[in-house]
Amino acid sequence: MKNKLFGTATIAAVAALSLPAAAQSPIKIGFVSTFSGPQAAIGEDMRRSVELAKEHLGGKMGGKPFEIIYEDDQFKPDVGKARSEKLVQQDKVNFIAGYIWSNVLLASLKAVADEGDTIMISANAGPSQIAGELCNKNFFSTSWQNDQTPMAMGEYLNTKGVKSLYLVGPNYAAGKDMLAGVKRTYKGKIVSEDFTKWPDQLDFSAELTKIAAAKPDGIFIFYPGAHGVQFVKQWAQSGLNKTVPLYQVFSIDAITLPQQGDLAIGTLGAQEWVNDLPNEANKKYVEDFKKKHGVYPSYYGAQSYDAIMLMASAAEALKGDLSNKDKVRAEMKKANFKSVRGDFKFGNNNFPIENFYIQEAVKDPQGMMTVKTIATAVKNAVDPFAEKCPMK
Amino acid sequence: MEYLLLQVLNGVQLGLLMFLLAAGLTLTLGIMDLVNLAHGSLYMMGAYIAWTLIGVTDSFVLGALLALPATFLLGVIVEAVVIRRLYARDHLTQVLATFGLILFFNELVRALWGPGGKSIAVPGFLNRTIEILPGVPYPAYRFAIIVVGAVVAILLAWLVARTRLGMLIRAGASNRRMIGALGVNIELLFTLVFGLGAVFAGLAGLMAAPIASVRIGMGDDILILALVIIVIGGIGSIKGAFIAAMIVGQIDIVGRAFLPDLLKTFMSSSAASSAAPAISQVLVYVLMAAVLVWRPTGLFGQRT
Repeated sequence: MKNKLFGTATIAAVAALSLPAAAQSPIKIGFVSTFSGPQAAIGEDMRRSVELAKEHLGGKMGGKPFEIIYEDDQFKPDVGKARSEKLVQQDKVNFIAGYIWSNVLLASLKAVADEGDTIMISANAGPSQIAGELCNKNFFSTSWQNDQTPMAMGEYLNTKGVKSLYLVGPNYAAGKDMLAGVKRTYKGKIVSEDFTKWPDQLDFSAELTKIAAAKPDGIFIFYPGAHGVQFVKQWAQSGLNKTVPLYQVFSIDAITLPQQGDLAIGTLGAQEWVNDLPNEANKKYVEDFKKKHGVYPSYYGAQSYDAIMLMASAAEALKGDLSNKDKVRAEMKKANFKSVRGDFKFGNNNFPIENFYIQEAVKDPQGMMTVKTIATAVKNAVDPFAEKCPMK
Repeated sequence: MEYLLLQVLNGVQLGLLMFLLAAGLTLTLGIMDLVNLAHGSLYMMGAYIAWTLIGVTDSFVLGALLALPATFLLGVIVEAVVIRRLYARDHLTQVLATFGLILFFNELVRALWGPGGKSIAVPGFLNRTIEILPGVPYPAYRFAIIVVGAVVAILLAWLVARTRLGMLIRAGASNRRMIGALGVNIELLFTLVFGLGAVFAGLAGLMAAPIASVRIGMGDDILILALVIIVIGGIGSIKGAFIAAMIVGQIDIVGRAFLPDLLKTFMSSSAASSAAPAISQVLVYVLMAAVLVWRPTGLFGQRT
């Protein structure tokens, strides 16, 4: 017993002695995203936004320098989990952010937030499980819960009077959430609900032929990244663009639009952030991003930018001392920073309570494809799984 | 009825694209006894080379036509530099070396064209729908794939059945050592066959490009299906590859177009719609297993 006490005292003394050194050591941030393969363009957009946030912060959080360690999940859950473990155990990072894919996030959650007791910020994926029963004090989102964006789309379709809808999406965690989401709010007739093989199916001829035969009032899709490019192209080639309008979530954005081009013009989608939202933080972000890279940022980038700003707000409040995780979590929960989507609050499950907008794909005055806000679909939306989360 | 016809056409179009890929693969495996995993990389290179040439010439047809000799040349170079050293080695070495080629080509593409995908627009004169029956529209570009695929299949059948080169190819498929002993320049034959396979793979890649997008690793997924096709059809048999590709194309479409509705008759709607893609994904492999039990050398394979 005495020995144990002595041991503890020694550790405390060593810790105290090494404190000045710790104060100098930088804050470490792990960032897990897809940097190789067909979806690498998304990861690149996120990395650019993270670097821009670092630049805007002057490379410091709460007076301390910070470094970012990027890890490639290769679009695979097992790889994402292994890379996340490496960040926790080997690099001993203060925060881990990123995660485009729901299945990668779900695979990594336990290793980071539970076993690693490390604060995790999803800059995109929002699987229903983590918003509900699997909610975690170490997990924060700067995006949305998967169901919310399609729910906003469903609300808008009701007001627009679209009578019947054909749903198509990929057969994985997020695809199921997205299609379930639109069904939660949409009151018209669901003609059919098709799931396609993920991620290897890129040909949608059979589905489009079915849609043509079913003659719905609209098609609702969720196909992120490269898959969205194919679906929109094939929809246009099949001639359906003249008869059945396309409504989408996460399928037509700053990353896919250069490849979809004119074919996407006029299509509507829902999103919590649009590049033309009128607030100062957003203007600065979008303008500087465009100046640097010559293209528009996407919501993936905006959410990543916000993730870094959220960490910075906590580090600022604690003057760079992140040793007490309870304090860090409490500061994070305040969401006390200028988000590019406008101010928002965190709900009990650490998902944002935020607005959703309807955006239309258009050409900007310079002839570049982009999206612009045309309506507010829902205000201060709380996700439908928040009540299943035991956290208060 | 029209709906059925359209879905069958979708299956034929998919089957023909896969046949082009499988034809080259079955030739190299049947004649040269070479397991070439990098065949999918040639498919990808065909698409990227076409993208560049279409940009330079500003014409889809011209760019595509120029891309074919370019992929032939690429095939010949790959054969001379890497593949030629592998003929005498065992299959495991070939798998390792050609897998290395996949990694090499993926990185080469990243270095030359960047990590983001490219897109090839459908040529203007095909960017519309045609009526295959009065009142039944079908995308003109997909119809063009069917026409080109069918023409190439007929040309290939003629080449294999009626020409001297075809005779040597068939001879090579049944007994490689003997045709070498008869004084045929086997090295030249192998180079030609490999180049020919590269052209077909490149053609499939560039034709698929406007439907799909041109991206890193685009050939890796489809290569697995192509391997399944040549196993079903019988290794070394062009006829087998053609028939197997048609069957696989139809199975894929049936799985996607009709299976969900079939399952819905005895399952809940949501269970059916998520089970259908999973089942249709394995149908092709079930077929392959069944064929292997029934005819271990494939439908048209050489009996040994």
